[in-house]
Amino acid sequence: MNFGKQLKEGLITQNPVLVQLLGMCSTMAITTSFFNGLGMGVSVLIILTLSNIFISLLRKIIPNEVRIACYIVVIAGFVTCVDLLLKAFVPALSSSLGVFIPLIVVNCIILGRAEAFASKNTVGASTLDGICQGIGYTIVLIIMCVFREFFGSGTIGGGLLGGGALGSAPGIAIFPAEFGLSMLTLPVGGFLTLGALIAAMQWALAKSEKKKEAK
Amino acid sequence: MSITSLLAISLGAILTNNFIFAQFLGICPFLGVSKKIDTAIGMGAAVTFVMGLASAFCYGINIVLVKLDLAFMQTVAFILVIAGLVQFVEMFLKKNIPTLYTALGVYLPLITTNCAVLGVALLNVQNDYNFIESVVYGITGGLGFLLAIFLFAAVREQLEVSSETPKCFEGFPIALITAGLMALAFMGFSGLKVW
Repeated sequence: MNFGKQLKEGLITQNPVLVQLLGMCSTMAITTSFFNGLGMGVSVLIILTLSNIFISLLRKIIPNEVRIACYIVVIAGFVTCVDLLLKAFVPALSSSLGVFIPLIVVNCIILGRAEAFASKNTVGASTLDGICQGIGYTIVLIIMCVFREFFGSGTIGGGLLGGGALGSAPGIAIFPAEFGLSMLTLPVGGFLTLGALIAAMQWALAKSEKKKEAK
Repeated sequence: MSITSLLAISLGAILTNNFIFAQFLGICPFLGVSKKIDTAIGMGAAVTFVMGLASAFCYGINIVLVKLDLAFMQTVAFILVIAGLVQFVEMFLKKNIPTLYTALGVYLPLITTNCAVLGVALLNVQNDYNFIESVVYGITGGLGFLLAIFLFAAVREQLEVSSETPKCFEGFPIALITAGLMALAFMGFSGLKVW
């Protein structure tokens, strides 16, 4: 168990979105405002950690043949809890994320980590893994949100800052919306931004590898 | 409900609100199984079939859940139904179309975790569709997926041949950019109107 190493893996070398290429749907779909990205990231972080703990606890009981079905039931249970909690306490987030909250069930990150990590490791290590991978996912979401929001509509922190109710706040305007690339706030922007981000990641990883070889 | 409303649902699901390009549902298989046209079509057809079936079954399940006051169990119940259906399709393909079965390989069980399938079941409930509308939405949504993955695979086969891609864009990033440009093209359909 090594927190620093796992954190580095979750954030950079084994980042769930940029390197493992998991959970693309939600990454592209909801990253239109800072509020959405943060809410989605934290929800996934919580569900991922809880399901990792639970599956790691049950790893010796679950028979190998039906393990995927068991994992899905565990995950679906936690997703339902989070969905209901959000509906009760943060209705603004629940309505702006819409169908993507229940769809966390089929987010490949959670099932992927359950299969690849939690089913083989101790509870402590799995908890840490859940937290680190969750943080890695959240950070990517936030980077995408800030980028798409800033260049798309010229605001920062939409849904959270700039007065108004939670979820409908306009954000702090940096430049007028007419000058923004409104394409970035549309679905197209999701594909292009994520493509560019993964390319940047591949470039950075290749570069650091070269450096290691040179040493 | 009339023919026009069904037509509007179909056109919306295939073109204007395409599951891939407008709603971001089912991206994983879209990017994963689109390297060859044949497998892409097979995957698209399998997804269409499962989406149609899932819409029909989940409509029934939802009625039961609402009657029993268990509507909050929707997500759990739907995903179980879908997992069962996928298992069924897998057995069917293995027995009757083994070539397609081997071609789809690991991606077949992954239809279970295809957000398009669970998404269509949840959207049916959200939009208050009746039985026929649900099934039509499921099947046409699947056809939209098929169209998208077919076009994308055709482009990607050409991409594999060309060697003009910058090093760091090779593989996934260039595929995403291509998909983005296709999404831009599909936005052109948003002017379509059914009356």
